[in-house]
Amino acid sequence: MNLRSLAATALRVLRQLRHDPRSIGLILVVPALLLALVYFLFENETVPPGAPRTFDRVGLMMLAIFPFVVMFLVTSITMLRERTSGTLERLLTTPMHKADLLFGYALAFSLMAALQAVVASGVAYYVFKLDIAGSPGLVVLVAVVNAVLGVALGLLCSAFARTEFQAVQFMPVVVVPQILLCGLFVARDRMNEVLEAVSNVLPLTFSVDALLEVAGNVDATDAMWNDVAVLSLIVVAVLTLASLTLRRSSA
Amino acid sequence: MSPQPARSRSAIEVSALTVRRSKQNVLEDVHFSVPRARITGLLGPSGSGKTTLLRTIVGVQRITYGTVSVLDRPAGDPALRREVGYMTQAPSVYADLTVEANVRYFGAMHGRRRADTVDALSAVGLTELAHRKAADLSGGQFSRVSLACALVAAPRLLVLDEPTVGLDPVLRVDLWQRFKDLTTHGTTLLVSSHSMEEAGRCDFLALLREGRMLAHLTPAELRQQTGTDDLEAAFLSLIRDSEAAPAEGKRP
Repeated sequence: MNLRSLAATALRVLRQLRHDPRSIGLILVVPALLLALVYFLFENETVPPGAPRTFDRVGLMMLAIFPFVVMFLVTSITMLRERTSGTLERLLTTPMHKADLLFGYALAFSLMAALQAVVASGVAYYVFKLDIAGSPGLVVLVAVVNAVLGVALGLLCSAFARTEFQAVQFMPVVVVPQILLCGLFVARDRMNEVLEAVSNVLPLTFSVDALLEVAGNVDATDAMWNDVAVLSLIVVAVLTLASLTLRRSSA
Repeated sequence: MSPQPARSRSAIEVSALTVRRSKQNVLEDVHFSVPRARITGLLGPSGSGKTTLLRTIVGVQRITYGTVSVLDRPAGDPALRREVGYMTQAPSVYADLTVEANVRYFGAMHGRRRADTVDALSAVGLTELAHRKAADLSGGQFSRVSLACALVAAPRLLVLDEPTVGLDPVLRVDLWQRFKDLTTHGTTLLVSSHSMEEAGRCDFLALLREGRMLAHLTPAELRQQTGTDDLEAAFLSLIRDSEAAPAEGKRP
């Protein structure tokens, strides 16, 4: 690994993004708007005094889902372009190490994810009074790990797509099942055994669990750190798989 | 890094190279060498295997049979990534970055500084457009960005796949002068082209046709051998000869 080419790569990815205001909007503004949408959906709900609002549960989970979905989408398309435009092949003829490319991407998008998490959780806390016990810093931490997970899966999936259209098709296959099974719609302990078992091994489940731990406890719990550790391991494993798809020579 | 092997006189040695792709021989029993600090032109009609040959030399194309050695190492050796600059035929640059950001990025991969970026941009005549987004350039300008991204590395061997396509004549002459200057500093160039006008500017020519090396000689030898000053006609006459006697490719 070479820090200079890693940093140059992260900077380059951020520069590409800067020329694309719409993607910046997707990353920074859309999550806040969607949070507002969810808030107003449940605006007229009546809850017994002391019971949590639905928004407190759903809004919190959305803070985990946004960075994952958005970064998966942005990364898989950017990386696919890198593969189809020939820039990837060219990069692989330079002294650059594959890890410089992968971690450069991960670094650039986790910076964006951190900004996204600050904006989205800021809106959730201050505008919609999201009620959680733990520290907002931990929410941002989980969001960033989640974004890196989205980046890693996006890098990997781009290897199996030939066009941008095919890359987008991975959304319903890779992302939607994780959203359905992460506990957003049905609490995981109320799923049937098969679905719960599947849900137990899906990465997004760990991030939602981690956020629920942050929401329920004033201090960081072991269970939360455990979830974050598992997520990090999954990220490393997926990045390793992704690096195998970066071949320097082809038949 | 492995120990420096003995230095041979050629920058590139290709021997008995065969590349099969989707059950077809794209290259067949190609022998060819590229002398150091010279410009070698790789010529041939489109589909003759020029790009595949260049790709084996930079190590991105798998070899079916034969050997390719580059700067005394097998093609694709990691140590070569510092020594070889490659410009692909389709411009491979980031359309959503500025001209300068593109060149600076590929320069950074080779550990180059900002001054090298400035040099590379002026070499391809893009200094004025440095801060324009690559996507907003014309086709010819766009491919010059790609060329600058190869030049910025200042490698010992430059492999350029049709670098002057779509360039106006003035700039084309400038670039060939630039290539010549590079060779006086010890850089070896291997340049593919299908323009016979450019063939005359090369020190050596390699003529490829249907995956076979038809001839490997200097422009003067080509003129002499075929008895014509017109390189285009000379090339056609070589092709005709090879069809008359298809058994062996000519080697000087």
